[in-house]
Amino acid sequence: MDSRRRFRFLGSVIIALAASLCASRSPAQAPPAPPQAPPAPPQAKQAGREGRGNRPPDYPERPPAAPEQLAHGQQLFGGNCSFCHGSDARGGEVGPNLVRAQVVLDDQHGELITPIVQDGIPARGMPKFALSAADIADIAAWLHNQPLSDRGTPSKLDILVGNATEGEAYFGGVGHCTQCHSVTGDLAGIGGRYEPKAIQNLIVSGGGARFGRRSAGAEPSAKLPTPTVTVTLPSGQIVRGELDHFSAFIVALRDSDGTYRSFARHGAIPKVVVTNPLQWHIDMLPKWRDADIHNLTAYLVTVK
Amino acid sequence: MMRTGTLLLLIPFSLLNGPLVGQGLDPALLTKPATGAWPTYAGDYTQRRYSTLTQIDRTNVRHLTLVWLRRLTAGPGGGEGGFFGPPAGPPAITGGVAEQPVTMPGATSGSPRLSGSILQVNGILYVSAPDNAWAMDALDGHVLWHYWWKSRGGIHIGNRGMAMYGDWLYFETPDDYLVSLDAKTGQERWHKEIADFSQQYFSTTAPVVVGDHVLVGTGDDLDAPGFLQSFDPKTGDLQWKFYTVPMNQGDPGLETWASLDAARHGGAQVWMPGSYDPETHLYIFGTGNPTPAYTAMLRAPRDEHTNLYTCSVVALNVDTGKMAWYYQTSPNDTHDWDSTQPAVLVDGMFAGKPRKMVLQASRNGYFYVLDRTNGKHLLTAKYSDAANWAEDINATGQLVRNPEKDNTVAGSLVSPDNGGATNWIPPSYDPQTGLFYVVLRELYAMYYLTNKDPRMLVGLGGSEQDVVGSAGSYIAAIDYQTGKLAWRYRFEGGFGGTGLLTTAGGLLFANDGAGSLVAFGLQGKQPPVPLWHVQLGSVDNAPETYTVGGRQYVLVAGDGAVWAFSLQ
Repeated sequence: MDSRRRFRFLGSVIIALAASLCASRSPAQAPPAPPQAPPAPPQAKQAGREGRGNRPPDYPERPPAAPEQLAHGQQLFGGNCSFCHGSDARGGEVGPNLVRAQVVLDDQHGELITPIVQDGIPARGMPKFALSAADIADIAAWLHNQPLSDRGTPSKLDILVGNATEGEAYFGGVGHCTQCHSVTGDLAGIGGRYEPKAIQNLIVSGGGARFGRRSAGAEPSAKLPTPTVTVTLPSGQIVRGELDHFSAFIVALRDSDGTYRSFARHGAIPKVVVTNPLQWHIDMLPKWRDADIHNLTAYLVTVK
Repeated sequence: MMRTGTLLLLIPFSLLNGPLVGQGLDPALLTKPATGAWPTYAGDYTQRRYSTLTQIDRTNVRHLTLVWLRRLTAGPGGGEGGFFGPPAGPPAITGGVAEQPVTMPGATSGSPRLSGSILQVNGILYVSAPDNAWAMDALDGHVLWHYWWKSRGGIHIGNRGMAMYGDWLYFETPDDYLVSLDAKTGQERWHKEIADFSQQYFSTTAPVVVGDHVLVGTGDDLDAPGFLQSFDPKTGDLQWKFYTVPMNQGDPGLETWASLDAARHGGAQVWMPGSYDPETHLYIFGTGNPTPAYTAMLRAPRDEHTNLYTCSVVALNVDTGKMAWYYQTSPNDTHDWDSTQPAVLVDGMFAGKPRKMVLQASRNGYFYVLDRTNGKHLLTAKYSDAANWAEDINATGQLVRNPEKDNTVAGSLVSPDNGGATNWIPPSYDPQTGLFYVVLRELYAMYYLTNKDPRMLVGLGGSEQDVVGSAGSYIAAIDYQTGKLAWRYRFEGGFGGTGLLTTAGGLLFANDGAGSLVAFGLQGKQPPVPLWHVQLGSVDNAPETYTVGGRQYVLVAGDGAVWAFSLQ
């Protein structure tokens, strides 16, 4: 099924779905833009983000200006405007943010900005500037080239604030992580395989999630154990297999030789028991302390 | 003949204009529980989505069967989908201002996204999707006309439906126009620009007609100010415009912002339809989040900066556009959790006294009861167990944020996720059980602050949220008098729901999130029992019910088609 339609309301729910037993039926949405991509335009959030797919931009994009024009515009802005409006035009001590000012948004090639610069706004303390229309057009080009928002831009901030020693103690102690995991087994070298943020998200989700970015375009290939299901038919026959999908009205599975089988459900008949290998992670969701998550992350990034 | 008289008064030409396709809407229908029509977004002004119809009930719902389904195609040449090649096709009308319209699957071609309400008036259905509108025969789904709007862009995330006044229809486009159509022909009467496209407004909501007003909200994900406008249904002239944030020195609420500039870029979009109380003439609606969404640094550096009127329930006098009262559910929100969820009007007992109330289950995971005559707070209750972002409730029932659950550089594990405990999906209130039903989603996300320079945090910038787990999705049944959950029903193996409908037949209709439309039987405060279901592939809007020719139908949109069910 088309993942975008299936998850249209849910936005970025994929990971949760994986964790909530639907893994085998939840194809990935379009992954986030790779880190080197230019900032995406602001997107709809009313119902969460959706995969962009090959959709065109929501708002018209300005044709790119020549590099020399941008450089000249930036130079002029730095010398004439930045004192009040900030070196990045996002507002200074006295001047407002120009990047998202309505007049700048409406302006195409300096035609709306020019009279303001040349005449000033005396009532608000903005002086006149003796700049030519051509110069102001270059300033406008540079302003138009500034991203409106950093939405969708990957963070470069260091998330590591935890204490690795405490994380290690938690891992082997009250966290009970070692009941399923081992830093010399399934987690061997995890610190070299994923970025810290991906590791941190994996700690909570248990895997199966397509989040984080190891490098441009690449995603962690965390292998998700599939939920299994046991169906007990009225005859007493028991059918087991990997869960394909289920609802209140059906349960479908693949048995050990790969045969697809499905059964209609009528209330409690047949008896259906789904076993999710990630249940521990789901049960932990309301219990986590952020400090423990941060400490575990600090510890696991050291597992090279 | 009261009804005919009203009709003639409203639309003197309607009886002279040839075949009576789409006879005009009698406005009296709007103030009664929906039965023979579905004349406005939620069926009636209360937004209860409760029908008094009883033809389909618990005892016979298992005989509910498909009467017809009709696939629709968006864009030029769209209309009715053909099964054996291109159909002869209904009349196609094209509008729009774009010389080079954007190409947008679902709007310019292919299967439309039918997530809005469908009007049913005098046996005709009026269906909408982004940039598209159709009229269909409610008896067999035959398409009478298709209208397509050539779009200049904007976020095409959905269209919540149309409004009707007499013989005229109204809908909003993603590129910020209010379009009025002749319901009989689909011909455009006029279009009006309702918001500034360059500031990245986009318009998805359903207008609501009240008296001689078309009430029109819009949306924005940049950082433009929110507003609600009222237009003249005949001419499209602006009657009033109410900004939901302070726009000038001296405006009320300005003291709750760090500066006037912050207020003017403060958001509070009105992107969902409101309710209307005919007794008080109040139009009651929710507002969106403040912007920048994910940090308060620039807009609310101090405790008194609550950022009015973001994340609030607001009541306006519909004739003047002046505010009568407000109640802010989430002061200084930092998670993009709007309070635009339906404000449901309920008359009933509260604390031993009869009360006129408004009920809202907010995106933030809490449920609110207010006195709708004055906005007085009556109750706050947590309906999502998972919600973990608040550390206290103040004397007026407002939540106090735990700053450790804001977006942080190191990451904070927070529920709800960005989509919220609920979202646009309509809830339902059933007066027979006294319960308020809402689709509840319990997701957890890591919230990361991605930029420490607050000046870069425009609109929805500066945050990354990675969903890391789910505690499931449910129908939650809230006893509004206590705020306690009578029950919650888990959608096994599915996730979601697109809205609820209850009927006097003791039924609750819901999308199970796994492609099925389900009818549950309700008995008092007992948990619901699934009595009937049908697998549609996907269910995309909130189910509706009405009668045509004395027969009760259940209507739903899903998988690019409209489906009508009735008893055989």
